[in-house]
Formats: sequence, structure tokens, C-alpha cells
Amino acid sequence: MKAVGVLIAVALALALQTTLAQLLVGGTAAIDLVLVAVVSVALTTGPVSGMLAGSVAGLIQDSLSTGVLGIGGLAKSVIGFVAGAISQQFILTSALPRFLMFVGATVAHAALFMGLNVLLGLRTFPAPWTAVASQAVGNAVVGMVAFAIMEALPGVIERRRAGRRPRG
Amino acid sequence: MGVIVGHILLISAQVNTRRGVPVLEEFTFGTFAEVQRGATSAIATIRDNWVNYVALQDVRAENAKLKEELGSMQIGLQQERALAQQSRSLQGLLELKSSVQLKTTAAAVIAGGASPEFRTMTIDKGTGDGLGSDMAVLAPAGIVGRIIMPSRRAAKVQLLIDRDAAAGAIVERSRAQGVVVGTGTDRFRLDHVPGAADIQVGDRVVTSGIEGIYPKGFVIGQIESVDRQSGEFTNVVVRPAVEFSELETVLVVLTPSAGEAQ
Repeated sequence: MKAVGVLIAVALALALQTTLAQLLVGGTAAIDLVLVAVVSVALTTGPVSGMLAGSVAGLIQDSLSTGVLGIGGLAKSVIGFVAGAISQQFILTSALPRFLMFVGATVAHAALFMGLNVLLGLRTFPAPWTAVASQAVGNAVVGMVAFAIMEALPGVIERRRAGRRPRG
Repeated sequence: MGVIVGHILLISAQVNTRRGVPVLEEFTFGTFAEVQRGATSAIATIRDNWVNYVALQDVRAENAKLKEELGSMQIGLQQERALAQQSRSLQGLLELKSSVQLKTTAAAVIAGGASPEFRTMTIDKGTGDGLGSDMAVLAPAGIVGRIIMPSRRAAKVQLLIDRDAAAGAIVERSRAQGVVVGTGTDRFRLDHVPGAADIQVGDRVVTSGIEGIYPKGFVIGQIESVDRQSGEFTNVVVRPAVEFSELETVLVVLTPSAGEAQ
């Protein structure tokens, strides 16, 4: 059941990334919704689920892009695992730690992804700081909104159910 | 079970199809293209309803304005036709070969890139419609990119702004040659320009066709800034003619197959 939920989250993030993200940020795609989904899964379900979600999401993203298959998968697997492990060691329920978690995950992901590409001689990334910083903030904001929705949803559903129950 | 699946994935990643594309990559792309098609269709329906409703408020005034614009454009078109006729006559006089008429097919954009690090998009036509790898993709404003992976009903297009993309280019005014390369942002860089070349801000850059993918003479963009140090060009920035974030329909140049070309 948990695996199905993770797969749905990843598929939804990919579908949104390829459709809505382009409309929202003028085609320059300053946010990585798939990474947001992987970190969210890792924070809520732990390191193993985070790693698997990162692996699946990264491989699909690699397949849909033009890069070498596995680089994005490896980077997202590591980020999923580390984010999950941190969530089990520290309390990340308030807004600021979560915001910093998304920012840190984005920066670490960029470092891994770009580092692997540069190490293998596949691509160069001259002066990537502005792009990485804007993506980190964008991911963090979207991540916070996603978390707020995820946390509010069960309560809303419960209240609606309670409202429908016959009284007396 | 996980180990078996992992092995299958790894093996299939190494094995290529007859078109030279890894099985896993083609399978994932083909499958997800259908998801993208459905998602785009749903979003387009919502967007169309909204846009049509809002547009109706000013439609009368807009209609009158458009009629006026159409009139002036028709006059402009006639002038262009006259010029084209004159040009054809001159070409005939000079015994030049007439340019080959490009055979194209229109395709709709059904999705953007899956990863922000790569600038790609998915179109709704594939090998079933005669599309193949390395076919040029154009928009009315200029060059968009090339097809890098066609599946049966969809194709992945690498945009010219992608870091891995490049095209042979000529500065239209001075005929200086160079290579336009993508930077992963919304600007190109013009590389390999000889130090003696005459390049100015505002010059139009067109394709040279030297790489054999893009047809010659199509607009790439305009020179935005030129940096020179000790007589050499260090950074020439080109603003794309195409607004990549607003692409909805594109034209794919159906290049003749090897047999057909002979």
C-alpha cells in the first residue's frame, strides 16, 4: 500500500513537472517537482522508501531527458536516503527545519548531479549558483505548500465525514 | 524479486532497439508520453474554457482591430510576393539552383522537460507519422530544436537552448560563421567566431546548415551582447527568436531517407 502511494506521488510529480511547471515558471522550470516529491516521501516514510522513490523517479526522469540513464537516479536515491535518515534523527515538524531540509536537499542534489556529469566529462555547468539558489528556494516553497496540504487533508476529510453523519 | 527486476532494468538499459535507442529508455518514454498526452489534454480543456470565456468580453473590439491588421498584412503579403517573384526571376537569370521545398508536418507540444537540467519537450507525433531521429523542428519565428527520440505516437525534442545542443550559424549581415550553442538558460552563445569577423549587437543569426540537421537560412536569434578581449570574441550572447515557453505547435522537417535522397 505504501509502495503504491509512493509510486502515485512520483507519477503525479512527473506529470505536473512536464505540464504545469512549464506554465508556472515561463518554461525555464526553476523547480524540480520530482525532487520535492522524493524529499516529501523520505521525510514522511523514512530512508528506505525515500531511496526507492528517488531511484524510480530519477530513472524515469533520466529516461525522459537527454542525459545518461542512471545519473539522476543515483543522485535522487542518495538524497532520498539521506533526507529519510535525517528525518528519523531530528524533529522536522515545524516550518523552518522543513524549509531548510528542502533547500539543503536541492543544493546537495545539484552538487551530486553536476559533479557526476563533470566527473564523467559529459557536461559543464559554468556559474550554476544563481540557477541552483533559485531552484532551492522554489523547491522549498512548493515543498512547504505540499506538506501543508498533505497535513490538512486528513482533517478536512474527517470533518466532512463527521458533518454528513446523521445526528441524534 | 527486487534483485531480478534490478538486473532486468540494468540489462535492458544496455540493449538497444533497432533504432539504436535503449529498450528501457524507449519503453519508459513511450509509456509516459501517453500519460503526458492525457494530462496535457485535460489542462488544455480547462485553459481553453477559461481563455475563451475571458476573451469573449472584448471580442468585438478585437475583431475590428484584427480585420484592420489583416488588411494591412494582405498588402504587405502582396509586396512580399512581388519581391519574391522578382527574386525568382533574378535567380533564373543567374542560373542558380532553386532551393528545395521543405516537406514538413505540424505537431502539437504535449509536454515539457521532465528535469530542469535538460531542455526538452514532447510532441504528439512519432515514427508512425514518418518522424525520425535528427529531424529539425521549427516554429514560425525560427529554429526550435531536433528530434532525439521518436516513439510510435510521440517524439522527444531537444531544444536548441539545451546545454548539449548546437547548430552551425551565420551572421546574416556580415556572413561571419560560428556555432550557436545552448546554455541551459533562455539565451544562446555564439562560439568559434573568427577574431576578424564583423559582429554587432542586433545582427540577425541564421542557420548555416553545416551540421546537416537544420535547413540553411532559418532564423536562430539576434546578437544581444558582444565581449571582445585582445582581438578575440570571448562571449557573444544571442537572444532566441523563438519564445520556447510559449510553443504550442511546431513544424517538423521530414528529411528524405537515405534511399529517397539518392
